[in-house]
Amino acid sequence: MNPVIYMDNNATTRVADEVVEEMLPYLTEKYGNPSSMHSFGGQVGKKIAEARQRVSSLLGCHPEEILFTSCGTESDNTAIKGTLASFPNKRKVVTTRVEHPAVLTTCRDLERHGYSISEIGVNRAGRLDLDELGFRLDDNTAIVSIMWANNETGTIFPIDQIAEIVKGRGIVFHTDAVQAVGKIPMNLRENNIDLLSLSGHKLHAPKGVGVLYVRKGTRLSTFMHGGHQEGGKRGGTENVPGIIALGKACELAKKHLEEENTRVKALRDRLQEKILAGCPDCMINGDTQDRLPNTLNVSFEYIEGEAILLMLNKFGICASSGSACTSGALEPSHVLRAMGVPFTAAHGSIRFSLSRYNTQEEVDFVADKLPGVVNRLRELSPFVTT
Amino acid sequence: MWDYTQDVMDHFMNPRNVGFIEDADGVGEVGSLACGDALTLTFKLDKQGRIADVKFKTFGCASAVASSSVLTELIKGMTLEEAARVTNQDIVKHLGGLPDQKMHCSVMGQEALEAAINDYYKRKKGMPSGSSKGNIVCTCFGVTDLEVKKVVHENNLTTVEEVTNYCKAGGGCGGCHGRIAELIEEVQGEKARTKAEKKPTRPARLTNIQKIQLVQQTINEQIRPALRADGGDIELIDVDGNTVLVALRGMCAQCRLAEFTMKDVVQAKLREFVSNDLIVEEQKDTAGTSEA
Repeated sequence: MNPVIYMDNNATTRVADEVVEEMLPYLTEKYGNPSSMHSFGGQVGKKIAEARQRVSSLLGCHPEEILFTSCGTESDNTAIKGTLASFPNKRKVVTTRVEHPAVLTTCRDLERHGYSISEIGVNRAGRLDLDELGFRLDDNTAIVSIMWANNETGTIFPIDQIAEIVKGRGIVFHTDAVQAVGKIPMNLRENNIDLLSLSGHKLHAPKGVGVLYVRKGTRLSTFMHGGHQEGGKRGGTENVPGIIALGKACELAKKHLEEENTRVKALRDRLQEKILAGCPDCMINGDTQDRLPNTLNVSFEYIEGEAILLMLNKFGICASSGSACTSGALEPSHVLRAMGVPFTAAHGSIRFSLSRYNTQEEVDFVADKLPGVVNRLRELSPFVTT
Repeated sequence: MWDYTQDVMDHFMNPRNVGFIEDADGVGEVGSLACGDALTLTFKLDKQGRIADVKFKTFGCASAVASSSVLTELIKGMTLEEAARVTNQDIVKHLGGLPDQKMHCSVMGQEALEAAINDYYKRKKGMPSGSSKGNIVCTCFGVTDLEVKKVVHENNLTTVEEVTNYCKAGGGCGGCHGRIAELIEEVQGEKARTKAEKKPTRPARLTNIQKIQLVQQTINEQIRPALRADGGDIELIDVDGNTVLVALRGMCAQCRLAEFTMKDVVQAKLREFVSNDLIVEEQKDTAGTSEA
């Protein structure tokens, strides 16, 4: 069996060793409840306060604005449904056609309950038309939810500018920043974002913990009712080890932010250049200017993504695909379709997403194996004449 | 990750009989790039009328490649009469099974074989290509009523979801689910579990609130899914008496057929589901266009 070469970090990441070390005591001897009135629990409460501080330091906000949740999806649901509940007279949500299912499916369900949903399209590079955003906003709009960076293509939206447009109309603005946090710098004190979702397992913390940032003064109805935890905004006993882990992961992310945008970015660019040079008939999907430093989405024409992934898997290479076949759906990725990527290319799209744990040797290994895989599948393809 | 059998992985990693026979006696082509899988099957007969050589080329996932590969092994040495009796279930059996959502791969293999055999009869003996083509049921994936009835019959299917798994019909916009349910009933009679989608009964008199809600519901359930499939969208702006004001978004906003779409589809649907007196108008001034 080959060693694993993990290039699927937009799906999930390896938990950092330092993070495991930090959380471990809270799975074993320090099992107290942070709400308890004894110091055995109290020490845990202090550690959670520290985690809150660490997260806010990465985001550039106040610790009181951090609400711990169970995942990015819960944060998205809380943001959208909680806002609608606090503005009962407004019945419209504006979003985009390329959002993660955590937002899109939530909105489409709201549509079935009588809300009006307006989805903005993107162009071939995956960019939004900001004028169109302006047209869609009206007095009936309660919330605008637009992702910071796209999980499939890595395209980064001009979120500061978008937040300004939305706030200028007095509408609540939420961004799903699950892919952006830890990869690009952000300072929430300096922009107009009201609500922001992030997920622990995308930045080297374990699965099962997320955050919803809620700017002070933002009206938001409670989504998960229960005890007084998280200031009564999110009931349920805290996922203590997860929260402490996320705090540590955010501290590390801040430390590694520059490396992410230099060394990791250079590795991604190297992989991209080598693939473009080594494989004919392939193309990059997404905005190559404004793009996450770790993400590369490339389409290999005339062949199918699942087949490519399975062959890469034989070499221990982990990536993912926007092809229909990988998900069990019959149509390829909604993101690539919204961008107007031709079907011929959408079915053969592969996403490589790197992290600081990747090395140049790994990049070279992948770039070395890929042409063979592509050629082999093209020999099988009726659309390629040899 | 899909739970593929060892046989599937073996046929995928080491496909048998890959290629294209230039002077083939029969050529079968099914699928397309747009659909995500396609297969070209060619065969040559020996003097006794048995399949002496057969080759395939497949664009698609592991199960599509494996289905094609195992099919070529299965039919080598068969007469065309024997080959014509091979079903998609035979392919599945020889692969040790396929995931439910991948059954359409085995059906594609069988269809390519059928197409190749028909091609042989057509060119060698001048005989008609056998069965007629049927009428398209699923426009998203170009599946005909005859194809739907065939998979229902051969695989004893009883739900729309199963039909989608086996031949893709109904996997796109979902507009044909009612028709597929009818076809299942035609084949299976009493056995069919699903019935055609119930249409909301049109109430005799509507209050204003009821009318607006029903218009919104009809747009959400009956009209928007079809527009979305083409990259468009529709928004209800206002209802004033019997005039329904809507705006088309996305691709629909620039579509030259917009006038046609508006009058023929939206109004017809609203009249069918809400009230015969409705008139649909389009709001154009603020409709933004997304760049294509």
